[in-house]
Amino acid sequence: MAEDIKKIMFTVRKGPHGTIYVYEGLEVKLIMAAYDADISVVFIDDGVYALKAGQNTKELGIKGFEATYGVLVDYEISKVFVDKKSLEDRGLTQDDLVVIGEDEETEEEIRPKVVDADEIAAMMAEQHNILCF
Amino acid sequence: MKIAVTIYEGPYNHEASDSAYNFIVAALAKGHEIRGIFFYHDGVYNVTKLMEPPQDDRHIANRWSELGAKGIDIVVCIAAAKRRGIVDSVLVPNVRISGLGQLTMMAIEAERMVIFGD
Repeated sequence: MAEDIKKIMFTVRKGPHGTIYVYEGLEVKLIMAAYDADISVVFIDDGVYALKAGQNTKELGIKGFEATYGVLVDYEISKVFVDKKSLEDRGLTQDDLVVIGEDEETEEEIRPKVVDADEIAAMMAEQHNILCF
Repeated sequence: MKIAVTIYEGPYNHEASDSAYNFIVAALAKGHEIRGIFFYHDGVYNVTKLMEPPQDDRHIANRWSELGAKGIDIVVCIAAAKRRGIVDSVLVPNVRISGLGQLTMMAIEAERMVIFGD
């Protein structure tokens, strides 16, 4: 029945703090990953800031959720992409981003994959549904 | 077409709730099926019976309840609701509290998931 598994993509386009969208959106991803769905996540625009490693939310007085991104692969969310132009526009590179897990065999650290707008568009065209946060 | 609708914003403060309502009414009139309506983020405030808007204004919670009475599954996210003090006892009729699994099933089963909010 593998062909019946629906592809569902999440887009994250907002900054991680200031509003709750990205945090509560992360909760949706973790739940949805437990279901029979082919989940992918793409970070675009200010959404790329959510992936920046080394965030400290203590002064904001909020819990923060960067650590949860570190276990995305453990939750079987390994299709995590980030828009190349959005990164570049903000002076960030892949090295600035959080590690989302490690490769089971090589134990190599996995970071979100940098893709361009055409690749994102191609992935979007394949989705059954897209949820934005 | 089988459509699911998700609403992220609270009532009155933001047009998302009104736009979603108008969209659903129009979709039903065109013969589409509404697989379900899911309230998330501040959207959970849309269906509390504690609201009492001025009489010459629309009553947003009652409006959702009336759609629920037509048999449309209207779900409030329990995690988002608990955070904001929305519990079973304050809900208008024909609306239920449940988990994000319900949103998942809507996203899987509906041909389109339409999201209203910022």
